[in-house]
Amino acid sequence: MNSFTYTRADDLTMALREVAADGAATFIAGGTNLIDLMKENVMRPTRLIDISHLALNEIKSSSGGGLQLGALATNTDVAYHEEVERRYPLLSKAILAGASPQLRNMATVGGNLLQRTRCCYFYDTATPCNKREPGVGCSAIAGFNRGHAILGTSEHCIASHPSDMCVALAALKAVVRVTGPAGDRTIPFAEFHRLPGDTPNIDTNLAAHEIITAVDLPAKGFAEHHSYLKVRDRTSYAFALVSVAAALEMDRDTITEARLAVGGVAHKPWREPEAEALLHGQAAIRERFERVAEALLRGAKGYGHNSFKTQLAKLTIVRALSQAAFGEGH
Amino acid sequence: MNGKPKTDTAKKAAVSLPTKSRITLKVNGAVKRVEVAPWTTLLDALREHLDLTGTKKGCDHGQCGACTVLVNGKRITSCLTLAIMQDGAEVTTIEGLAEGEVLHPLQQAFVDHDAFQCGYCTPGQICSALGLLREGKAKSPDGIRELMSGNICRCGAYSNIVAAIEQVSQMEERGDEQ
Repeated sequence: MNSFTYTRADDLTMALREVAADGAATFIAGGTNLIDLMKENVMRPTRLIDISHLALNEIKSSSGGGLQLGALATNTDVAYHEEVERRYPLLSKAILAGASPQLRNMATVGGNLLQRTRCCYFYDTATPCNKREPGVGCSAIAGFNRGHAILGTSEHCIASHPSDMCVALAALKAVVRVTGPAGDRTIPFAEFHRLPGDTPNIDTNLAAHEIITAVDLPAKGFAEHHSYLKVRDRTSYAFALVSVAAALEMDRDTITEARLAVGGVAHKPWREPEAEALLHGQAAIRERFERVAEALLRGAKGYGHNSFKTQLAKLTIVRALSQAAFGEGH
Repeated sequence: MNGKPKTDTAKKAAVSLPTKSRITLKVNGAVKRVEVAPWTTLLDALREHLDLTGTKKGCDHGQCGACTVLVNGKRITSCLTLAIMQDGAEVTTIEGLAEGEVLHPLQQAFVDHDAFQCGYCTPGQICSALGLLREGKAKSPDGIRELMSGNICRCGAYSNIVAAIEQVSQMEERGDEQ
């Protein structure tokens, strides 16, 4: 770890002022990803602004019948919150599918959105990585890329986003609340994370010196028909190879609304509204689910070690939709 | 945090070393004052500054759980938090569980079930199990396995670890003293 100074922020105003005053400063909250990256010398802030004591950890009802998750609510707080379990079980299950209890006790909502990829080349400072050092090249494209993206990649980066929680938030169409030097604004979840393009070093559309204050869940939680299906090398405490958040609204056997987000396959949770629309007004049958999976995965491209993901994603989508429609035994 | 360009290391070398800070931790019920650098993790503060070497350093990256302690009653990996961030916190380590010569029920259960071989992961396993019992979410052996997944045992004593935790869980359900 490099040398740095530390400031504990007493309130949001102080946090924003302190981070704006030093170009190499960064916020720290749960620390589960940042401290790890600092130990590996991947991130080397010269100043840490500790926001973990700010009053941003509340989970409360929001106008419009939704639920607002404070940016500093821990993963554990959210996953086991009575209202989340009752109204947004998809989110609860996705969070509990990720990390370990110890990490979930530390990791926050805001930090989960801002966590970096677990691409081994991004972590290994001895190898070229465009996300770490723009312009030097991507070691993963012709390297060990079993966990990497098959959708939305670029010639500069094929990293995948590691979050489970974000996959559920994408399916739920959450809204990210941020504040910063230019004031408050909201960012629809689908627009929060970026694709790598030719700037893989920039993960999100959060502006400089902005801070996430909360994530809003819309009223619709798909509590009756949902599934979070995560496929990984071991059944606990591992990142997804492919994960699927499926959420349906049904009128008897007919699907009236469908949401589908896929994790482990792209630089952000992958949604394809056109594929989802293929389910609207349709009977919940396997053949239809297969068509939807194919539509969502259109343009998928493997890089060798991860080429199996296209077929795996298809099967996982079909099963997740079946579970959402008919229950977990399916 | 959102992918700022790398800082210039040459420029950074000119920055003078930050001074140490005096922090207060309440460790196993005793108030402790220690001077730490900003980058000293809670794990290193416990082991190197307070000589509480029961908490182990395994991977130092939050992946193995050997460094698990309870902070303000919740289990965390002490390698992934800075001591300075925990100024004022209450910390429970493996050294704080026994009452004099009487082992904590979890410690006794680990002995009863031979829930270790080399023992290196054991302090983390036991502190993690203590957190798990307080959380009250593990209702079955499968539930215990899932919610102990953050603690790796390279000797593979998992089946006995689950049995030990299950024993204490059942004792607590019955309301036993010991």
